[in-house]
Amino acid sequence: MDFKIAVSGRSWGERAAAEPQAGKQGEARRLVAVLELTNISKHFGAIQAVNDVSLSIEPGQVVGLMGDNGAGKSTLVKMIAGNFRPSHGTMQMDGKELILHKPVEARQHGIEIVHQDLALCNNLTAAANVYLGRELRRGVGPFRILDYAAMYKRAGQIFAVLKSETRPRDLVKQMSGGQRQAVAIARTMLSQAKIVLMDEPTAAISVRQVAEVLNLIRHLRDQGIAVVLISHRMPDVFDVADRVIVMRRGRKVADKTIASSSPEEVTGLITGAIEQVS
Amino acid sequence: MAVTLDQTIAHKQHSFMSRLLATQTFWVVVAVILACLFLSFATDSFATPKNLYNITRNVTFVAIVALGMTFVIITGGIDLSVGSVLCLCSMILAVTMHAGYGIEIGIAAAIATALIIGAFNGILIAYLGFPPFVVTLGMLSIARSLAMVASNNTVVFQFGPDHDKLLALGGGAWVFGIANPVFYTIVLALITGFVLRWTKFGRHIFAIGGNEHAATLTGVPVRQIKVAVYMISALAAGIAGIIQTGWLGAVTTNLGNGMELQVIAATVIGGANLAGGVGTAFGAIVGAALIEVIRNSLGLLGINAFWQGVFIGGAILLAVLFDRIRNFRRSD
Repeated sequence: MDFKIAVSGRSWGERAAAEPQAGKQGEARRLVAVLELTNISKHFGAIQAVNDVSLSIEPGQVVGLMGDNGAGKSTLVKMIAGNFRPSHGTMQMDGKELILHKPVEARQHGIEIVHQDLALCNNLTAAANVYLGRELRRGVGPFRILDYAAMYKRAGQIFAVLKSETRPRDLVKQMSGGQRQAVAIARTMLSQAKIVLMDEPTAAISVRQVAEVLNLIRHLRDQGIAVVLISHRMPDVFDVADRVIVMRRGRKVADKTIASSSPEEVTGLITGAIEQVS
Repeated sequence: MAVTLDQTIAHKQHSFMSRLLATQTFWVVVAVILACLFLSFATDSFATPKNLYNITRNVTFVAIVALGMTFVIITGGIDLSVGSVLCLCSMILAVTMHAGYGIEIGIAAAIATALIIGAFNGILIAYLGFPPFVVTLGMLSIARSLAMVASNNTVVFQFGPDHDKLLALGGGAWVFGIANPVFYTIVLALITGFVLRWTKFGRHIFAIGGNEHAATLTGVPVRQIKVAVYMISALAAGIAGIIQTGWLGAVTTNLGNGMELQVIAATVIGGANLAGGVGTAFGAIVGAALIEVIRNSLGLLGINAFWQGVFIGGAILLAVLFDRIRNFRRSD
């Protein structure tokens, strides 16, 4: 498969210049949902991990997905990422039915994941990590060699779009938590991602780096990419998200805009002190 | 001082020179050169064409197998079976040719044997989750036993109609008077270096050694690549076995006994990390060269050969000590 096609259309610089308004357009006139889940359930034997959840996510929107441990967040996200298949219900992407058998297929549909452990190789450079599994090559037929120059250049452009001081040639081993996040997030911007799922991106980093990561999320949103932010940290969600979805015991108990909710209400929903809001 | 984001991103942190000085391989090269210089002055017999010819040729067998081992070690694995696989492939070649088949068929049979054994190791490790140490330890025993079965534990020194061709292949010097095994080693080292640095496959090998889980998550075909590296390791052992058979002109079931330790020592001295993620083709060659120079020099200096193990073991520890010191400084 040739991933060159996905990125060769416009450079990241041009892309940044062309689409800074995408996020705001999304707010102004409601676009077609990029991802729509309808009555999704998942059970493992007798255990009902996700129970009849419906939701839709629009382009350029940051959605905070919150819930206590075991609430079904991870299972839900793993279904979107192609790790699990739903027991019931349907998923639609851009109005077309989406059936995923493998994580690779999710990526082909423009669904990218930033794993909680970031999935980085310390012994490789930032650029090598960004392009891991989809290296750029040049040459013809079987005589194709890694295109170091192009990978350094494009990775540098992506870091510039993310406003991150990350050098493509540096080993990831030597990087700060924020830079490591930037490398993991840069991966999601190689192809024309539509949705980026982020699993606890701020769980294990310093306070200063949290701000850096939240900025990275805003830059993704400004590219018109929908971001699903799975997080335990209330301040982060209320800082960066447009909407918050709360799960409890496999059910969706709230789905509202950040402006119409409050940390107190969300805490109540997570713990069960508040049963459900619509 | 105002530095823009773009300048920061474009900045190269290390110059070529500082990177060179930071590699273990570089310091081992320095050690080899110093040892050679010292021996040239200290003895009359070191810097003779005959001795240099011998040294370069002796290096090759360990070096070729070490090239294959480098792939395995970079993925974080280990292959203990190489010595026995070398012996089995030599024996298959010898027995096939002894039975009257041509050299092409003999080599094809030996290579096929190597690839089958490598695939067997690789599949057990990658698909069934066996620890590499255990699988290849088992194969160490199995392959040598099969070599005994194949030859009925005899010495084979008659290689049928293509006898002379085989001896020329291993013992000749077709290009510029360089011993053939040396020439093969150079070619194989260049191929290995190219694959590791310039191919997607090479990149993925490093990724698996760095963080196997991450490689899996990013869509690297981890299992297939693991099978491939064990096949490459066995193939390297097989090639070394074919060349060594041609050079020695006879095969015993003792061939390559204990060789796995020398090979692993060569790769580690050359800078490969047994934890995975680090290693180079050049390092494997240089490591093999240092071991051979130590061996050769002990003989020339008239030191009892029983001390050989102490010096080689010392070289391993010293080489890794350099690496540790660098890491200590970095973590301070």
